[in-house]
Amino acid sequence: MEQFASVKRSKDGQPVRYLIVDDSVFARKNLARMIESFGGQVAAEAGDGLTAISEFDRTHPDIVLMDITMPQMEGIEAAEKIVQAHPEARIVMVSSVGYQENIVAALQRGARHFVQKPVKPEVLYEVIKYVLGEDGAVATAAGSGV
Amino acid sequence: MKMELIQPFINAADAVLSQGLSGTTKVGYLSMEEDAYRRKGVAGMVALTGDIEGRIILDLEPQSAVRVASHYAGADLPESDGLIKETIFELANQVVGNAVCALNDQGFHFRVHPPLLLTSEQGDKSSEDVEALMICFETAMGNVFMNVALRYNKRRMADHQTAGA
Repeated sequence: MEQFASVKRSKDGQPVRYLIVDDSVFARKNLARMIESFGGQVAAEAGDGLTAISEFDRTHPDIVLMDITMPQMEGIEAAEKIVQAHPEARIVMVSSVGYQENIVAALQRGARHFVQKPVKPEVLYEVIKYVLGEDGAVATAAGSGV
Repeated sequence: MKMELIQPFINAADAVLSQGLSGTTKVGYLSMEEDAYRRKGVAGMVALTGDIEGRIILDLEPQSAVRVASHYAGADLPESDGLIKETIFELANQVVGNAVCALNDQGFHFRVHPPLLLTSEQGDKSSEDVEALMICFETAMGNVFMNVALRYNKRRMADHQTAGA
């Protein structure tokens, strides 16, 4: 997989920590590989919305990558509950069901962005930099990162 | 079954497979399925409910499924690896999701259900209302079979027409 300039946390230069939420093991592994190629770290994984809420409370990740269609609790509802409890949460919806209604519903309930599956690493990389804003820093060639 | 329902699924499968398998895909053949569906290998089924109802099956012969999953995993997987099934599920999910987006733009509304493993050798027989179309995509890693059986939800469509009148 292509390697990208590492994106670190501005405040301490540490890797960005991610919570990956998807009922597909394949999708979680795929996203985890992309995150590693961005210099990030997987804080936790969840296979449904309910587990995502408890894993968020436990790990306080910098970014959540959240699928929509999942058993138990779907991604949009889980995103809403996480943002209600943690308004600072940065949630990026990652789904193949990327029609306008879903995108609007996700954004209205607190998601920061939407990425359509199949995920192109270069697209996700740009979205993550955008969502982190000033809280993220791209490592220089020397690798300082901050 | 009208082509306007099928074409988004063909386009989506072509796009998802071409991108994921890093190569071109070709539609080998299309055929209407009159008999009950017979599974070829590792098959994932995604159900749709809403204005259009039915299901889509993505089915790969066992060796093709191993090659495709190994390609995505970046390592050779044994035939018994659970990731093979997961890969086919996710591909089915992506194909259906992308097709549904196109149909949604045309005004159809759906709910997409999580993929299910098709374990029986033989599925439901097609009916007058639910015709099934089998499309074979030829890829460098083997054939990928997509079986599409959809029908308009007459009650929902009538509701829409009434609301629009």
